Amino acid sequence: MTVDETIRKILAEQARLETDPQSIDEHGDLFDAGMTSHASVNVMLALEEEFDFEFPESMLKRSTFESIAAIRAGVLEVTGQPGPG
Amino acid sequence: MSTGQGAPDLRVGIDLVRVSEVGASVGRFGTRYVERIFTDHELECCRTGRGVDRSPSFEASLAARFAAKEAALKVLRPVGPRPAWRDLEVRRDGAGRTGLRLSGRAAVLAERAGLESLTVHLTHQEPLSAAVAVGVCHPGGDPHDRSRTGTECPTRTGGGER
Repeated sequence: MTVDETIRKILAEQARLETDPQSIDEHGDLFDAGMTSHASVNVMLALEEEFDFEFPESMLKRSTFESIAAIRAGVLEVTGQPGPG
Repeated sequence: MSTGQGAPDLRVGIDLVRVSEVGASVGRFGTRYVERIFTDHELECCRTGRGVDRSPSFEASLAARFAAKEAALKVLRPVGPRPAWRDLEVRRDGAGRTGLRLSGRAAVLAERAGLESLTVHLTHQEPLSAAVAVGVCHPGGDPHDRSRTGTECPTRTGGGER
């Protein structure tokens, strides 16, 4: 499973979006799509569990979780993995 | 409260949390969730027993505290990184009155905003918990120069939890 697929799976489980995460554009605003602040905490914890890391405090901001692309960038930054492409 | 620089800036933050969502998070993530978000004091105030409590009152009280943290963030208006959740602590005194203790980045944001007082009210009734935070800020920012660079922001404990 790719990083993007994992992120979309976690969003489907935790984000309580009004839209199917599989159909959301990677730059689409997840908060506009119905993700609450509390749901974003669940997304954060699930990402940490899945990728085995902990987000540093410097990344605990709304913009880190506002889109699939932003989440992917955050995950790749913390885990040190190269980005897609 | 008089500043000589105009009227204080009154900021109000409000937030609403569905209790069942907090319950689901406790069930899914357990201590990782509660210990990442809530302080020992907050957990002590909410618990009816030891360990991870799954009672409805525990989850409703946690939801109210999460709402209080969010409401306070709306008063602090962070730009960039947010404070850690535990930097915004709901305190409850022996009489049941609630207040907010700010530390870390939350205290820094309060200082930058010139926050003179911060009041919080919590309420919960299934299926929702809610909180309102009211902050009074000194016009133009920090009213105490740099002398208040500490770990605690002034709180007013006139609020309560119903």
